[in-house]
Amino acid sequence: MAVRKPKIIVVGGGLAGLMTTIKVCEGGGTVQLFSVVPVKRSHSVCAQGGINAAKNTKGEGDSIEKHFDDTIYGGDFLANQELPKRMCEAAPAIIDLLDRMGVMFNRTDEGNIDLRRFGGTLYHRTAFAGATTGQQMLYALDEQVRRFESENKVQKFEYWEFLSLILDENRICRGMVAMNLYTLEIQSFAADAVVLATGGCGMIFGRSTNSTACTGSAASIAYQAGVHYANGEFIQVHPTAIPGEDKHRLMSESARGEGGRVWTYKDGKPWYFLEEWYPKYGNLVPRDVASRAIFKVVKEMGLGVEGKELVYLDLSHLDRKKLDEKLGGILEIYEKFVGDDPHKVPMKIFPAVHYSMGGLWIDTNHMTNISGLFAVGEVDYQYHGANRLGANSLVSCVFGGMVTGPKTLEYAKGLQKAYESFPSTLYDQAVLKQKSIHEGLLKSEGSENPFKIHEDLGKLMTNHVTVIRYNDKLQKADQEILKLIERYRHISLSDTSYGANPVLPFARELYNMLHLARAIAISAFHRNESRGAHYKPDFPDRNDAEFLKTSKMSFHPESPRLVYEDVDQRWIKPRPRKYV
Amino acid sequence: MKTVRFKIKRQQSLDTAPYWEEFEVPYRPGMNVITALYDIAKNPKTADGKATSAVAWDANCLEEVCGACTMIVNGKVRQSCSALVDALQQPICLEPMTKFPVVRDLRVNRKRMFDALKRVKAWIPIDGTYDLGEGPKLSPQDQHIGYALSKCMTCGCCLEVCPQYHDRSPFVGAAALSQVRLFNLHPTGKMQEEERLETIMGEGGIEDCGNAQNCVRVCPKDIPLTTSIADLNRKTTAYALKKFFRS
Repeated sequence: MAVRKPKIIVVGGGLAGLMTTIKVCEGGGTVQLFSVVPVKRSHSVCAQGGINAAKNTKGEGDSIEKHFDDTIYGGDFLANQELPKRMCEAAPAIIDLLDRMGVMFNRTDEGNIDLRRFGGTLYHRTAFAGATTGQQMLYALDEQVRRFESENKVQKFEYWEFLSLILDENRICRGMVAMNLYTLEIQSFAADAVVLATGGCGMIFGRSTNSTACTGSAASIAYQAGVHYANGEFIQVHPTAIPGEDKHRLMSESARGEGGRVWTYKDGKPWYFLEEWYPKYGNLVPRDVASRAIFKVVKEMGLGVEGKELVYLDLSHLDRKKLDEKLGGILEIYEKFVGDDPHKVPMKIFPAVHYSMGGLWIDTNHMTNISGLFAVGEVDYQYHGANRLGANSLVSCVFGGMVTGPKTLEYAKGLQKAYESFPSTLYDQAVLKQKSIHEGLLKSEGSENPFKIHEDLGKLMTNHVTVIRYNDKLQKADQEILKLIERYRHISLSDTSYGANPVLPFARELYNMLHLARAIAISAFHRNESRGAHYKPDFPDRNDAEFLKTSKMSFHPESPRLVYEDVDQRWIKPRPRKYV
Repeated sequence: MKTVRFKIKRQQSLDTAPYWEEFEVPYRPGMNVITALYDIAKNPKTADGKATSAVAWDANCLEEVCGACTMIVNGKVRQSCSALVDALQQPICLEPMTKFPVVRDLRVNRKRMFDALKRVKAWIPIDGTYDLGEGPKLSPQDQHIGYALSKCMTCGCCLEVCPQYHDRSPFVGAAALSQVRLFNLHPTGKMQEEERLETIMGEGGIEDCGNAQNCVRVCPKDIPLTTSIADLNRKTTAYALKKFFRS
């Protein structure tokens, strides 16, 4: 008799989902891979600057220990230390693997992989492919998955959206329900394990550096089904983005890594405030520090460029050829979307919501508190603590996938009961429940427009739950979200047809965004300290005695519950975090 | 209030007839076509006040690296995220790409492009993801050539303007051909050079290229597509001769 092959569902085809898929196939399993976009168009393409690994090829004495220490210190000691430690250990071999897959990393004259500087470290530690490193890495993994697809080990479901988990009577995950975005058809899928690799939730803030698919909807569905949402209050605001009407476009930290300088005018003269305030790290302070500095200069001191909420990011003093080789991708974006040539004039930038350090709670095997449900990539909460270092996200996605894939197989092989032994009613009921939500929305005849509610949610979250936080405003934000949830009950859809209706999926995502937004606002309200990206002027210091803890939200429709969990600090003890 | 006028080609599904609708949306400095499409979703009314449905379109990154939002803007195929209203003549006319089946409105199904990548074996067949040490060395010059080719985001602009690429032709098109060159110049990929050349020598392969050279002119990433095709022409000819004398 043939040995039963484990079947794993992976939702999301960015770096983390694709690496998980590759590992499952390599380990003898099969994968059904779901994505709301063709996986090659996933948000990982937007990662620009590079990927960290202490390869120490510049004779600076960099080491895995230093990468680990920078990561924990950069995250203000909130990260559990085991996975980040293992990630830093694995990072140099991950670069080699990507190189073997054909990622076109920039080279030195000797033909070795070049490294550049990034924020929160004093070493050259970041490998890069121009300024489109995420895109190049995603393509390499996409190609490997296509190879497995041609061997029938992977079945792709592109333009399918995750709608719900299927849990058995013991609350073990046995599959999931998804909808086809071309037809709105709803179907159940059974599997030994389900992996959510669905990325971040920037869309909750309206305009961010994220792609439109980054709604956090899948994370919210899992949260509403009972998975803890951990450290949700830690939202990274990237210091340098081009403000836009539809999104804010990232201008990579690598611009500063290659010598870019941030400044504004003070008393009629250029003022390099980061270099003055942080002489040791200068323009390469971590992102939370740089964003707060820009807020101070612009909002408190009123020194924004041209009286607007902008400061300069200046590359105009650097060599044109070097800029094109190392930063071509972002220079092109600036020129196309703004119309100015950043070789010649300084770019005008402002901080924008960029990354969620928090996410679904997982253990060190990447399994959530629901058996059989795993999470990996930006959607999980491990690795980055209270603030992520630049170029650590790509390495955490790949490393996370390398852990998750084998762990799902291990889990599948240890299962007492296989998904095949459950009656079809378990799956049929889950489909019926989703169908009735569909029907309800299509019939709904209120006066509210889901896209307008989303715009209001974005403004609310951006104004009250980003760089500077006050408890009265956080409380107000939560009350306002409750009002938006009430408005949601009175929506109507401008498109009530079946087929590739774009409005119904958006309405469903919006519902989930609203509940995840509450989790973020409430956990921010309760953390009365300042740590990493979470800053409250009324509580300006870090408070380890009370808050060196992971926050864990449990969903409840009226009042979500918050508990705190100790942080694993086995290797590095907390110390004051200063970059001066 | 300053407004912007749009004329959008709409179609419920592949088997229904297309129709046009006009829209007027509020102007903001720096706005792009995507901003306007969101405005319409928030206020789904035509320019003459008639209630309609939100327009369906594909998008994701909105910074021209994912390729999703490709459509025809004022007669020219391009990504709509980088189509800035200030640079466009009004009414701004939006149509779906014509070389792929329409899903709804401005959304088309480009699955054929991804299938082509399977056909040409666009990957490096690594031995596994285990730690096998460093990859091959690569000169900065070869990295430049490879990087330029590897920026292809499978958007389909090159195929939209290609006279040889349509629903009655099996031609794989410039995007997939250029990937053959990319993988064949990689030190490891080179080991399967002949296998990949084989994939583009049969029906729908490189010989279907009519040398119109439209592809290279519309590529948003300035990929040297015609250089790739010329290079592959030489390689396939040499390989065919070699095969002839080998047999």
